[in-house]
Amino acid sequence: MFTPRPILVATALLLATTATVSLAETPHLGKPLDEAAIANWDISILPDGTGLPRGSGTPAQGAPIFAEKCSACHGDNAKGGVAAALVDDRKLAGISASQKTIKNFWPYATTVFDFIRRAMPFTAPRSLSDDEVYALTAYILAENKLIDANDTMNAETLPKVKMPNRDNFIIRFPDRI
Amino acid sequence: MNKSADRIASKHDAGKQALEAVAGNGLIDRRALLGRGVLLAGAMGTGIAPSAASAEPLTDGPWSLEIGEATPPYQLRSKFEAKVVRTLSNPDNEPRNSHARTPHHLLEGITTPNGLHFTINHGGIPAIDPEQHRLVIHGLVKQPLEFSLETLSRYPQVSRVTFLECGGNSAPMFSPEPMQETVQALHGLVSCAEWTGVKLSTLLEETGIDPKAKWLVAEGADSPHLSRSVPVKKALDDAMIALYQNGERLMPGNGYPMRLLLPGYEGNMNVKFLRRIKLIEQPAMTMYESRTYSQILPDGKAYRFYFLQEVKSFITSPSHGMALKGPGLFEVSGIAYSGAGRIEKVMVSADGGKSWGQAALQEPVLSKAFTRFRMPWRWDGGPATLQSRAWDEAGNVQPTRAEFVAVRGELTKPPPVLAFPNQHYNSITSWGVGTSGEVKHVYA
Repeated sequence: MFTPRPILVATALLLATTATVSLAETPHLGKPLDEAAIANWDISILPDGTGLPRGSGTPAQGAPIFAEKCSACHGDNAKGGVAAALVDDRKLAGISASQKTIKNFWPYATTVFDFIRRAMPFTAPRSLSDDEVYALTAYILAENKLIDANDTMNAETLPKVKMPNRDNFIIRFPDRI
Repeated sequence: MNKSADRIASKHDAGKQALEAVAGNGLIDRRALLGRGVLLAGAMGTGIAPSAASAEPLTDGPWSLEIGEATPPYQLRSKFEAKVVRTLSNPDNEPRNSHARTPHHLLEGITTPNGLHFTINHGGIPAIDPEQHRLVIHGLVKQPLEFSLETLSRYPQVSRVTFLECGGNSAPMFSPEPMQETVQALHGLVSCAEWTGVKLSTLLEETGIDPKAKWLVAEGADSPHLSRSVPVKKALDDAMIALYQNGERLMPGNGYPMRLLLPGYEGNMNVKFLRRIKLIEQPAMTMYESRTYSQILPDGKAYRFYFLQEVKSFITSPSHGMALKGPGLFEVSGIAYSGAGRIEKVMVSADGGKSWGQAALQEPVLSKAFTRFRMPWRWDGGPATLQSRAWDEAGNVQPTRAEFVAVRGELTKPPPVLAFPNQHYNSITSWGVGTSGEVKHVYA
């Protein structure tokens, strides 16, 4: 018994084609975009300040915005209400997460800006201008005495704010990074 | 204790009496479950033979005497199962997050029905139009790309049965005294499903990756635009964009129309309503990673990037709130899982950890999925403390509560049961059985 040569060749070709398809070929159906088209969604802020927008704000500018748009949940002067206190002097004591405050736990001030801009106010996220977000960030940091009352927060100054708890973290599984 | 249990098991392998106890207080060799049912019934019965004399004659129910209901296009469970529901933390959708916990004590097997899969949502459940939803991958890539649900559906699909667990599941166990709560309240923020979708590595092959990219930040289309940083290492390992849950499109609360799925990793990282992935050099330190999912340790430092849901098990039946109706044979049944791989074995104790017997593992035993374990137990009517302890294939052992608390600490007073005072609790759960048959949560 022998197999005629043309069939052998055809089989070999078929195998080769199949292997190529399963290993390398993907549908390539993604639509190419440039970063300009993504800019409105690209709200990620990194701790070194990458991604911070233009604009600025001061604690004095933030105070009335807070009173109007934030205090209903976070309380007068950010001392807490149905939502968490944002200004709190307590020291970290015990293992309960209820002890965490911006001042005693949050390692990066950029996170304050990032979270306000993406998620607040709770009922109207993405409704604040970048200047308003800078002003609210400045207000909260100043009330916590993490910056001076006259400091302006912008893309240059915000990443430089030193948060007290920054160096108090342990990477749990370094080999997974 | 593991070695002594193995010795007991190996004694059975020598072919001696198959149904003798393998551990104290009534635990029976797991092989009694495997094809020895008749023998088991004969050998291990309570000794009280039911009397046939008083039995009423069998009659037809009304449902057997009339035509049944119409067949619906999408069938729902029996109306008699209405009590099998999730418990809710925020039923009125007040402006805060909402949890829904899985009723493990009312379920069996390893698959969580879609309607009962746990959810946590941080700004309600968005009503996303799947035709308008887009996923964008950009940042440190060669070519940013946008995908629709329709285009993703044309990519090679992969399925994976995997558990999802909130990093804060079991948080009431940090209480200094055992909270009198059901397995649903204690451990209801973990579920297991078959997820189907596109491997993230397939999409990253098309965008290309700048070698500088070490992380990605994933973001949802929900109102908080929930955002988490994930190592590229995980993205290229087993991450997927999940489109289907147990064969049908994702439930709205589980991320419809698409979510990031990171098998074995903290639930919150599995970003739902996924709309954007940006490759970056350093982690973004979003609020959920730098604050919420960083766990305070007894010395005041905190863990960061815990990621892994470690090896864990708990008994679902019997469990807190149940009542055993008289002495006799029971099946102890529960769930084991590990974010590090397959479950290797589960040991069960009926005497608070003094002695242990090896439970039967129901096939299939899948990596990073629920594994159902079972153990026959003859309750003699006396006090008993039921525990389970799991080992995974990577050699990780579920810690005892004492071992766990020595490292992670405990609270000074019981927390509100719905609170998340700390996270990543994986030690042993104990159920105390009293002489009247009532089952309560205890520490042992």
